[in-house]
Amino acid sequence: MTETGRVTTARTAPAQTAYVSRRTAQRAAKRRPGGAAGVLMTPFLILLTLVFLLPVGTAVWLSFFSDDHPGLGFGPARTVFVGLRSYSAVLTDPTFLSGLGTVGVYCLVYIPLMVIGSLALALLLDSGVVRLRAWAQLGLFLPHAVPGIIAALIWLYLYTPGISPVIEVLGKADITVDFLGLHTTLPSIVNIALWSNVGYNMVVFYAALQAVPREVLEASVVDGAGPVRTALQVKAPLVRSSIVMVAMFTLIWALQLFTEPMLLHQSSQMINTRFSPSMYIYDAAFSRNNYSLAAAASVILLVITIAVSYGVTRWTNRVDSAEENVR
Amino acid sequence: MTATDSALTRPRTLGRATVNVVVAISVLYTVLPVVWLLLAATKSRDALFSSSILSFRDFSLVRNVKDLFAMDGGLYGRWYGNSLLHAVLGAALGALISVACGYAFDKYHFRHKEKLFGLVLAAVMVPQTVLALPLYLIASETGVVNTFWSVFIPVLFNPFGVYLGRIFAQGYVPDEILEAARVDGAGELTTYVRVSLRMLGPGLVTVFLFQLTAIWNNFFLPMVMLSDQNLYPVSLGLYQWNSQASVSPEYYPVVIMGSLLAVLPLIVAFALLQRFWRSGLTAGAVK
Repeated sequence: MTETGRVTTARTAPAQTAYVSRRTAQRAAKRRPGGAAGVLMTPFLILLTLVFLLPVGTAVWLSFFSDDHPGLGFGPARTVFVGLRSYSAVLTDPTFLSGLGTVGVYCLVYIPLMVIGSLALALLLDSGVVRLRAWAQLGLFLPHAVPGIIAALIWLYLYTPGISPVIEVLGKADITVDFLGLHTTLPSIVNIALWSNVGYNMVVFYAALQAVPREVLEASVVDGAGPVRTALQVKAPLVRSSIVMVAMFTLIWALQLFTEPMLLHQSSQMINTRFSPSMYIYDAAFSRNNYSLAAAASVILLVITIAVSYGVTRWTNRVDSAEENVR
Repeated sequence: MTATDSALTRPRTLGRATVNVVVAISVLYTVLPVVWLLLAATKSRDALFSSSILSFRDFSLVRNVKDLFAMDGGLYGRWYGNSLLHAVLGAALGALISVACGYAFDKYHFRHKEKLFGLVLAAVMVPQTVLALPLYLIASETGVVNTFWSVFIPVLFNPFGVYLGRIFAQGYVPDEILEAARVDGAGELTTYVRVSLRMLGPGLVTVFLFQLTAIWNNFFLPMVMLSDQNLYPVSLGLYQWNSQASVSPEYYPVVIMGSLLAVLPLIVAFALLQRFWRSGLTAGAVK
């Protein structure tokens, strides 16, 4: 077991090589379970170090330093410590704050719609009265096979007058909608995300509903609950863990909103290059070459994501334990 | 299940009709945009803007395919190859790496195990866009920026796959079997390759599919890392062509055709591997 303690130290690259050579030596002497664990975990731990810990560390480091020379601001020789200056620059930048506000509104609209919509569809499909259920599921799941950028492309065309049959049909009914206007861009983006993911989450919920014990449903019928009450008050609470998981992943994805607005930006004046925090990071890093600003914005987005996810987990755990106390 | 369900809950005819109508409308909502893409891909540039979507007077599916692969010296074919290489190789390798690690998390005990696992779970939450700039700088320092490796290595990292791997190892590989193998004197790694990996098969396919989808979708990282058009994946290539379409409209039909072809691999993968991912989807929810 002393062997395995070193697995954790293997997070840094230099320690990694030392660890591997020591491990080989030990393995020659005697084969232990711990050695096997090391071999099985090492490839992943190298990746964890290389494409996760090191970049996060770099982002934090960069955010505290600034480079007066243009070009690559990497390496201590040319950089100066600026403390929290980059953070205050980001947090007082109205374009960043408005991007943050945009994503906040986006989350408030999108997440409830997504969770309620996909859960409702799963409950309907689970009710046993839907005809051609397997086909319906397949149809709902289809958008999951469409890559995000292509989903955005399809909808961009469906939002474009002249190409879109949607606008044509609405036009015949004397309704004119500018899907990429001042107040419609955000709903248009919500629609793209909803279209892409509702079927996938429906399958997650449906699979969880299949695992609900039949006795519970029978009991609810005996108690005189109708199908709607059974769905809302018996089935839905029993798939709570799936609801939390779907909400959490939807939230994490929503916070990094990038692909859809980036594509719509090509055609809409309403979407600027700093529409969301992720676009702000991209703009700061690669259009303005201001790495410390981009790094500070990255760290802020990271902290917000972790804080919100942690908050959601804590909150659901507390509700869970409270319910258990009642029982 | 269906039979018992309908026996248990017998709603009135009106409710039954409403349920079917709601589901039907939802299916139309998800399916029609893809149907539109299919129909639009059969139209020439002029027909795309002028005629109704359902008229087939100007059927030019074959010409659009030819145009697509001829555009800009056959770039699309290269992009498609790049995407396939990234996705298939990356997902296969990534799934093996993640599941092996998840398996070790379940079957072995070592100090700080749960802390390390917590770190893996934290990595699931970290947005891609946060890592992109530092990854770019690291890639620049090591000279791999604007190469295949700069987009390939990061996509191998799949912490959610480790989480799933741990759950699958718990569910599919009984500890008694490992004990039996130990008693027989088989080495731990031999047992893993010969016995456990086979039992983990369905889980491995699930992780593979998740990762295949993610890599095929990958857009932000290639956009940051690559400047050579020949190295682009399909997603980034179509993005760039679309930005040119507003200036030169001859790009519209090829972008539409290119989008249609880019949807096919995932549909094929999901259809072929259906029975695996259906069971895998629930695994994430059980904890």
